[in-house]
Amino acid sequence: MFEIAAIVIVLGAVLVLYRAIKGPRVYDRALAVNVMGTKTVVLLALMGFIYERPHFLDIALVYALITFIATIAFLKYRETGGLD
Amino acid sequence: MIDFMLLFFLVIFAIAAISMKDLLSAVMIFSAYSLIMALVWMRMNAVDVAFTEAAVGAGITTVLLIAALSRTKRREENSPQSEITNSKSIQRRLLLSLITVIVTGAMLVYSTIDMPDFGDPDAPANLHVAARYIEKSYEETGVVNFVTAVLASYRGYDTLGEVVVIFTAGVGVVLLLRRRKEQ
Repeated sequence: MFEIAAIVIVLGAVLVLYRAIKGPRVYDRALAVNVMGTKTVVLLALMGFIYERPHFLDIALVYALITFIATIAFLKYRETGGLD
Repeated sequence: MIDFMLLFFLVIFAIAAISMKDLLSAVMIFSAYSLIMALVWMRMNAVDVAFTEAAVGAGITTVLLIAALSRTKRREENSPQSEITNSKSIQRRLLLSLITVIVTGAMLVYSTIDMPDFGDPDAPANLHVAARYIEKSYEETGVVNFVTAVLASYRGYDTLGEVVVIFTAGVGVVLLLRRRKEQ
């Protein structure tokens, strides 16, 4: 069950990979990186259950708290042309 | 299976990041690369390294690179060198450097054959002081977690030095990146 979910997530990650490389606009890439962060969190939780280490779930939660930093910095740069 | 998929993603992201002309896109792809790298660390049970990779590699490094971009230009420019690369001597030099890189890489891969297997209990790293830390650290230091005992007690001065280095680096970054209102 968890394996099937993990395979579906990885297949989705392949689609995200295509969008991140192909672009064409920089916003597509920013969105792709953001989705990749979300997929990382879910894949981490699934890996925790597949390899019987359920405490990975806590780590996945902390990941979810820090993966948005890059997107915030990117949007700030696009809005004001700097990080000030 | 999942290891191969993660390594495949890593290679694709790495090639994409160095071949991108738009530097902002390259920074974003580098951030995704760090996220996948964190998953690889996690797969090797190196949870603390994975945290550092996600926080520093995907978070802080991206912010620093974007800050650098905001002070410079966003696009990589075609340097006049690209016209010279057709000449014979430059091509020969490029071929020579390619051969050097391939030979060095092959030697490094060859040296990994002698390394102990992943998680091998008889590996030299597991036979030296690890057993003493596991058995004696509570008696000697009174700290329950023996990783904390090694970091904060056995290697206390080492950790103090590391903290000083990181604090100095942090102060330097803050001084470089702070808002320049006075000017």
